[in-house]
Amino acid sequence: MGKFGRIILALSLAALMILFAAGCGSETGDGRTRITYAIWDKNQQPAMEEIARRFEETHPDIEVEVQLIPWNQYWTKLEASAMSDTMPDVFWMHSQSFLRYASNGMLFDLTDLPGFDTSAYPEDLVQFYTYEGRRYAIPKDYDTIGLWYNKRLFDEKGISYPDETWDWQKLVMVAQELTDPARGIYGFLAPLDQQSLYYDFVYQNGGEILNSNKSACGYRDPTTQEAIKFAVDLSQKYQVSPTIQQFADMSREQYFQSGKAAMAFFGSWMLGDFSKNEYVAQNCDVAMLPKGKRRATIYGGLGNAVSAKTKHKEAALAFAAFLASREANEIQADMNACIPAYRGTEQGWIDANRNFNVKIYPEALDYAVIFPNSETREKWMLTETDVLKKAWAGDVSVEDACQTLADKIDAMLAKEQKEQKEQEEKK
Amino acid sequence: MIFVNAGKKDWAFAYAMVAPTVLGVLILNIYPLFKSCYLSFTESKGFGIYKWTGLDNYVRLMEDPEVWQAVVNTLAYTVLSVVIGVFLSLVVAVLLNEKIRGRGLYRTIYFLPVVSAPAAVAMVWRWLYNADAGLINYLLSMFGIGAIHWLTDPRMAMISIVIVGVWTMVGYNMVLLLAGLQEIPKTFYEAAEMDGAGPVQKFLHVTLPMISPTLFFVVVTSVIGGLQVFDFIFMMIEPSNTAMASTQSLVYLFYKQSFLMGDRSYGAAIVMLLLVITLIITAIQMKLQKRWVYYE
Repeated sequence: MGKFGRIILALSLAALMILFAAGCGSETGDGRTRITYAIWDKNQQPAMEEIARRFEETHPDIEVEVQLIPWNQYWTKLEASAMSDTMPDVFWMHSQSFLRYASNGMLFDLTDLPGFDTSAYPEDLVQFYTYEGRRYAIPKDYDTIGLWYNKRLFDEKGISYPDETWDWQKLVMVAQELTDPARGIYGFLAPLDQQSLYYDFVYQNGGEILNSNKSACGYRDPTTQEAIKFAVDLSQKYQVSPTIQQFADMSREQYFQSGKAAMAFFGSWMLGDFSKNEYVAQNCDVAMLPKGKRRATIYGGLGNAVSAKTKHKEAALAFAAFLASREANEIQADMNACIPAYRGTEQGWIDANRNFNVKIYPEALDYAVIFPNSETREKWMLTETDVLKKAWAGDVSVEDACQTLADKIDAMLAKEQKEQKEQEEKK
Repeated sequence: MIFVNAGKKDWAFAYAMVAPTVLGVLILNIYPLFKSCYLSFTESKGFGIYKWTGLDNYVRLMEDPEVWQAVVNTLAYTVLSVVIGVFLSLVVAVLLNEKIRGRGLYRTIYFLPVVSAPAAVAMVWRWLYNADAGLINYLLSMFGIGAIHWLTDPRMAMISIVIVGVWTMVGYNMVLLLAGLQEIPKTFYEAAEMDGAGPVQKFLHVTLPMISPTLFFVVVTSVIGGLQVFDFIFMMIEPSNTAMASTQSLVYLFYKQSFLMGDRSYGAAIVMLLLVITLIITAIQMKLQKRWVYYE
């Protein structure tokens, strides 16, 4: 057996073990009902366990077991367990997989869940986890993007810190002033990244990635192309950013955390790492994104879903209802796990990160655009990277790359729409 | 012999003893093989639902330039790693078969990469290869050689992966070849010496023919291993790396289609192509072995 064979074997054994674990999750020795809650982020595990503990206090007959499955195995395992009807009872859902799970009937319909007050959440997030008018997941949290900067590098040149007046022009101007090739310092970091770079630029420029009814992508739109051109120019033309080749050797986080860059976009999920990083904690801060023609940031968020075939329906729904409550959301905030989705509970998260001006993240909700999403998103996002990296490397023009990309994505969307129609006709 | 007069009971015992291996092969190798073959004629709808689509995946495969580039990459990797790797293994094995001082230590050092986790190995090499801060470029800079983009230059990245591949395979092949070398009776060498053969002649006319069955085995397994290259590409080249197109192998492409893009059926068609290529190459080697492999 080759090495790849061994990897597959290890994966399948791991999957088997999970199936076992999930299969065993029934009665505990003391007669309590045991349900499982699957998550993938280790940083959030303490908060999730605290939520489980608080829930158990009011539901002494239920035991919630928090199961951590790292991201790179999570989806393989979840799909395997879905096929064998042994899914965890309650689990985290990501928007890029949600539509696939919902359309295949894997998720419990939570539309009428008592305690799930949709008005308490940003509407886009509720919509994010809605399929054919029914709600299959409760918004758990959300994330937006901010402009991080290195105060020390700004101070050295006597430049004032980024603020709400900044636009693209100002960003480039300051980045040029702060770029210092002799010391290996870059003014800005512009890797090939969707959520924390060019999607934001596209919407700031009035363009779009996907049209509103998901029938075509926005890559033929000149305003979209212009925004992508701007992102590419940062490394190719203005040379205020490392090139895509350099980013293969050193990531954006590494550049920023080692003081080799003055500015970069980072999502609110980076706070966990940044507050633990001594250099960043002492020298860096965050401001709202610079505006283009308008102000915009991409935002998205996770959901909590219940298995459609859970063997412990009542217990799982009771726990889901608790996850939808203000109390559970406040625990997430106070324990610095994430920005909770429940409106008005973010203060705990802001207080937990007092070192930085993090309130810009929840405030960004006012102008945030929800992450473009469709059933084949995993495919077209990978295709974006495949095609656009040639533009980032300067091998093809942005216009040509966008045309190629538009043809590919539109074909995927057309197929997706055709299949949805077929499915509807079947019903 | 116990089984000369073996009754049914003894056969049952024998079958029971081989059952674990046979079952393992059936469940983990044979069943997936047929399942993959079936999947390659379907369209994956997710969650174990497949729709029969006949040859659609193979038509798409024929027209997909990414697949043919991956075939070229895979063959290039295989040829480079086998030629260089087997040659080096043989040299190392012959040298370490001599009674030199610290032989055990050297053998251990050469074998160490085999027992190291591939993921860890790849991470260390990635750091060594780093264009700005890597040790290799630092050493080269002392000789006035400018920075080489080991993992991001499309012309260089394949060579970088071959280097790591060779480094990890030398130890394993060395052990096999050493075992083969030690099987050669000393009397053959003594006879050759009597006839006035020097070290080179002894190697060419005694060592090489005598070790050729082992060498054949090493070549065949290395070729198959090379055709299945995946882990170093997976660990060292990220999807946004500009050198991905010129390094991704068929197995990597299979992984990308099956697990990243969720298209299990197209992924299955890609591994079927790899299977056919592997069978053809192995068949050719079986035919050619008559010309150079010497069996006593």
